[in-house]
Amino acid sequence: MANAPQVRTIDAGTPPFVSIHDRAMGDVIYRGVILFFALCVPLLVLLVGWEIARAGWPALHRFGLSFLTSSEWNPVKHIFGAAPAIYGTLASSAIALVLATPLALGVSVWLSEFSPRSLRQPVAFLVDLLAAIPSVVYGLWGIFVLLPVLRDPVMPFLRDRLGLGHTPFFSGPAYGPSLLAAGIILAIMILPYIASVSREVLLAVPRSQREAALALGATRWEAIWHTVLPHARTGIAGGVILGLGRALGETMAVTMVIGNRPEISASLLAPGYTMASLIANEFSEASSDAHLSALMAVGFTLFVITILVNAAARWLVWRVERGGRVWA
Amino acid sequence: MGVSTSATAPHPSDRQRAVRDRTRRRLTRRKAVNGLMLGVVALCVVLVLVPLALILAHLLRTGAGALDGAFFTHMPAPVGERGGGMANAIVGTLILVGVAAVVGVPVGVGAGVYVAERRGTWLANTVRFLSDVLNGLPSIVMGIFAWQFLVRPVGHFSALSGGVALGAMMIPMVARTTEEMVRTVPVSLREAALALGYPRWRTALVVVLRTASAGIVTGALVALARVAGETAPLLFTAFGNQFWSTDLTQPIAALPLQIFNYAISPYDDWHRLAWAGALVLIAIILVLSVIARAATRNRFDASAGS
Repeated sequence: MANAPQVRTIDAGTPPFVSIHDRAMGDVIYRGVILFFALCVPLLVLLVGWEIARAGWPALHRFGLSFLTSSEWNPVKHIFGAAPAIYGTLASSAIALVLATPLALGVSVWLSEFSPRSLRQPVAFLVDLLAAIPSVVYGLWGIFVLLPVLRDPVMPFLRDRLGLGHTPFFSGPAYGPSLLAAGIILAIMILPYIASVSREVLLAVPRSQREAALALGATRWEAIWHTVLPHARTGIAGGVILGLGRALGETMAVTMVIGNRPEISASLLAPGYTMASLIANEFSEASSDAHLSALMAVGFTLFVITILVNAAARWLVWRVERGGRVWA
Repeated sequence: MGVSTSATAPHPSDRQRAVRDRTRRRLTRRKAVNGLMLGVVALCVVLVLVPLALILAHLLRTGAGALDGAFFTHMPAPVGERGGGMANAIVGTLILVGVAAVVGVPVGVGAGVYVAERRGTWLANTVRFLSDVLNGLPSIVMGIFAWQFLVRPVGHFSALSGGVALGAMMIPMVARTTEEMVRTVPVSLREAALALGYPRWRTALVVVLRTASAGIVTGALVALARVAGETAPLLFTAFGNQFWSTDLTQPIAALPLQIFNYAISPYDDWHRLAWAGALVLIAIILVLSVIARAATRNRFDASAGS
């Protein structure tokens, strides 16, 4: 019985001598209960969207499109424009993706193609461990270890020694708390998500593809570059977008290292703000209804953006899982 | 003569030699690229593991230095006073995780069973897709939702609202693992039960869920471990509490909240406590994860050996 998944006896209790009527009732109840629990999921999504949209409606209604484009955020004057927070969210997530994607791909290629069998499990476990560390602990490490290191050797080095200070992206004083710091922390945090999705996708590429390339005389790297990676392209894109979704909504670690200043600056060394950190910082101190409503509107914007991003990622990953020609 | 023919056309052996040399050079280059990329990929692994090592090393060094018996038994000390602990926050986190489990596990398991049993129907697909979407929802969004839904109408922060927010975050994770585990139960097992005259609901409960139970327990524990470290959903729900409280209707302290508040404070003593708190939080998460792994391993090892 090599094929039997498990050989276990199950003590299922006494045989059920029940009438057909009881049986039908039991089934009806059972179906009803799991249907109810299943319906909880869509209801919860709708409820979250509805409640936040309702609370944010006054601000969205009052400011209209300028809520997304205006960069003045002034709770005292009741003027709210979320552009700096939206910019900071996109910029820090972009930095994170640029840093994390190549590393995550490298790790998953090593794990699926090169690693000795004995190292595969431990290394995969350690990479997954990065996802188990809570956001607030990353933030703690960011404040007391990463920021001092960035402030002293790293930022002046990038700006002055490498001469990047002449570009607008690395100019200005190096305080420490900055878009760059947020991007680095986010990169570490989303890396395990990208790595685990792409590892699974790479492992799902049929062996025959690799063997065919090797049989034609390709080196191992050529086999990976010309057959394995193109085959896995869609799934890897899904993993990267999934990581993007994580980065966009990440709150605590970013709040602790980004500096929380609602200004748009091209420089990565300058402090910024993200939508999530804006809510985390100001929500408990919001005194007026207008302020509260504006923060809810920011939350609703974040809700819509992350739902779109996640839907796109899932769609890509599902296409791979279903098989077929994935490199279309 | 050989000399005259080579003047008009290259000698065949010359051309062969040229081709062979070129192929050899190219092969050398291709092998070099192969080796180089192997090095680059291995370097990526090192670069990823370095931050992990740095974080864990710093956490162990700083956290262990600040950790003592008082941390587990004492309440937070007022500003300016040395010492103090996080007894209330540790208990608070356990209570919040408990509430989250009560909310999240039944709904998650039920939804997972539905999706697995009704695979392919549009409702099952929708639920599966939306639970993935829910899984990707930022925790801060869940936090302001819980505030709007559970705190605002009541008028004050409460442990219950924090636990419900965490529980809602658990639902998609538990649903997903339950679905996968239920799908691994062999159809033959289910058919055997049905053939013996079991109604569907008893088949589901007694045969399918019991066979899949180890995996479901693992999934639930992993989900618990993940929400135990969440801070953002608790900021405006559980809120934190400097005093001892186990009342579900009152604000309650939680480790992640306490770590956050201490980390952004200006006091060195509080920073030390934040590191100690982080170490305890990671320990709680690791213990939950290890139990989760052990739960699966024992069951499957036992079945494989028999």
